Amino acid sequence: MRELVIISGKGGTGKTSIVGSLAALGKSKVVVDCDVDASDLHLLLNNNVREIHDFIVSCKASINRQRCSDCGLCADYCRFDAIKYEQGEYRIDQFACEGCGVCRYFCPEYAIAYEPVKSGEWFISHTDHGPLVHARLGIAESNSGRLVSLLRQKAREIADKNEYDLVLIDGPPGIGCPVIASITGASYVLIVTEPSQSAFHDLNRLLELIEHFKINCGVVINKSDINLTLTDHIKKDVQARGIRVVAEISFDPMMTEAQINSQTLIEYTVNDSTRKIEQIWKTIYNEMQSSPGFQQNSKKEIL
Amino acid sequence: MKISVASGKGGTGKTTIAVNLAVALAGKDIDVALLDCDVEEPNGHIFLNPEYTESVPVTVPVPKVDFSRCTYCGECAEICQYNAIAVIPDNVMVFPKLCHGCGGCYHLCPPRAISEVNREIGKINSGHGRGVEFVEGRLNVGESQAPPLTKRLKQSVSKHEVVIIDAPPGTSCPVVEAVSESDYVILVSEPTPFGLNDLILAVEMVRRLGLPHGIVVNRADSGDDRMLKYCESEMLDILMKIPFDRRLAEAYSTGKLMSEIDRVYNENLFNMYTSIKGKISDARACDYQR
Ligand code: SF4
Ligand code: SF4
Repeated sequence: MRELVIISGKGGTGKTSIVGSLAALGKSKVVVDCDVDASDLHLLLNNNVREIHDFIVSCKASINRQRCSDCGLCADYCRFDAIKYEQGEYRIDQFACEGCGVCRYFCPEYAIAYEPVKSGEWFISHTDHGPLVHARLGIAESNSGRLVSLLRQKAREIADKNEYDLVLIDGPPGIGCPVIASITGASYVLIVTEPSQSAFHDLNRLLELIEHFKINCGVVINKSDINLTLTDHIKKDVQARGIRVVAEISFDPMMTEAQINSQTLIEYTVNDSTRKIEQIWKTIYNEMQSSPGFQQNSKKEIL
Repeated sequence: MKISVASGKGGTGKTTIAVNLAVALAGKDIDVALLDCDVEEPNGHIFLNPEYTESVPVTVPVPKVDFSRCTYCGECAEICQYNAIAVIPDNVMVFPKLCHGCGGCYHLCPPRAISEVNREIGKINSGHGRGVEFVEGRLNVGESQAPPLTKRLKQSVSKHEVVIIDAPPGTSCPVVEAVSESDYVILVSEPTPFGLNDLILAVEMVRRLGLPHGIVVNRADSGDDRMLKYCESEMLDILMKIPFDRRLAEAYSTGKLMSEIDRVYNENLFNMYTSIKGKISDARACDYQR
């Protein structure tokens, strides 16, 4: 079984549209949406939620007013400024509480309750293109890295059970904890970028990260005709690092049109972009196939 | 006055609005600062081209064990909620990247074998560009602790008439850290199904935080009308609509400002600021009457 992760660093590069199309192309696979902050992939794949689970990893503190003597020790110990004296009593700001539990430990009156809280939900859906594992992190929650790891693990379980060959992952934005959680141990990382100064800047940070983790990777330049000079520059820069530019796709209003019709681009139309995406699929498939360990595990064809 | 610019997701034009608004205000002789709180991927500098005058490392405290005192009792590992410290028969291992610096182990350790050392997680750089004071946070690659950096970043900006905060994308912890305490939040979105989905989450966030807010519709003619219908039914203020303009996309890609394409954008942004200012004082008057 292989894990293909698609990330972009910056949002708005068209990553999810491309992942949707790859999902439509692949046969034996599970799709995972690891953008737990704002997941959109299900909008393209027409999902039917089959399972809903709570995501509970951490505890949060609250003060039992009956026991509290307002000594303020908890506020002294809290490093996250979550405990404040307001309107004549100490209160814990649930948004700021990081759940470290230190206040509870040092409260002389045992007045602090410390209970598990729900940080979000995760789902298994049925879609036109096979199972989809996705989630919704609650507002102001952290721990998105852990949620990403959980989604990946669930997807692997589903893949194992059904003897699927591929886990296709729509990665989270950024370069922080959730991204690290989504790419560690992956078979291949595809980066979708666009020719803008800011995307280029983010791409460099991402490549640094990938090099750090030594993962096989390739780059797709979307909207490549928006700035041909920069596209050229990105290409040279990426290749100089020994990384392959898998494809260049021109700005294509059809991507938005397909989205409005709740379809992946591949289903919606046949044009230059869809041909490029098919090409991307074949290239990555070949690369993953030639990487060690693939044949033994592979029971079915991906394509 | 603090105005945050946020969006449910990246790529909607959040940085464009934040930067161009700051420059438009500076053009009207308003004393303005821009805070780039998107610490994982700060991009504001690309447009402002600031001359940096200062770069300060940001650190978090992590435990350091003095093995001549440690009795391997295991209490430190017990209190740590993040598995950042592990005690085995003859060693105590600290995993700095997991540590949240809560100080629990330090306070607790019975023989006081733990001291705290500072570990750098990123930097705060400040400077000036295009008449705007610019402050950005940059998380070191491979670091995951954005909130402490954002917090420090917000403290490091001096007093200004207007402070504009470019928030990170999403609605999670670092975003809330960035936008909380704002007087107003501008939510930037685009009228596509993805845009709408993300906007709904962003609106839910600002409502829960109780912050006044309004919407900028970017690439207003690129999608369908579901988003506008949503705004109408939720009675959301639409502050500004920006049509899809290929010249803007090209300008963005080369790090140019909107006003370099058309002066009128600066006027529009300034007008938006004036109306926001009005809304804030209306809201305050309401609060006062209550
Ligand atoms: S609490 Fe202190 S003495 Fe006990 S194992 Fe930890 S460092 Fe050692
Ligand atoms: S400071 Fe807090 S988070 Fe860090 S190791 Fe100690 S108990 Fe764990």
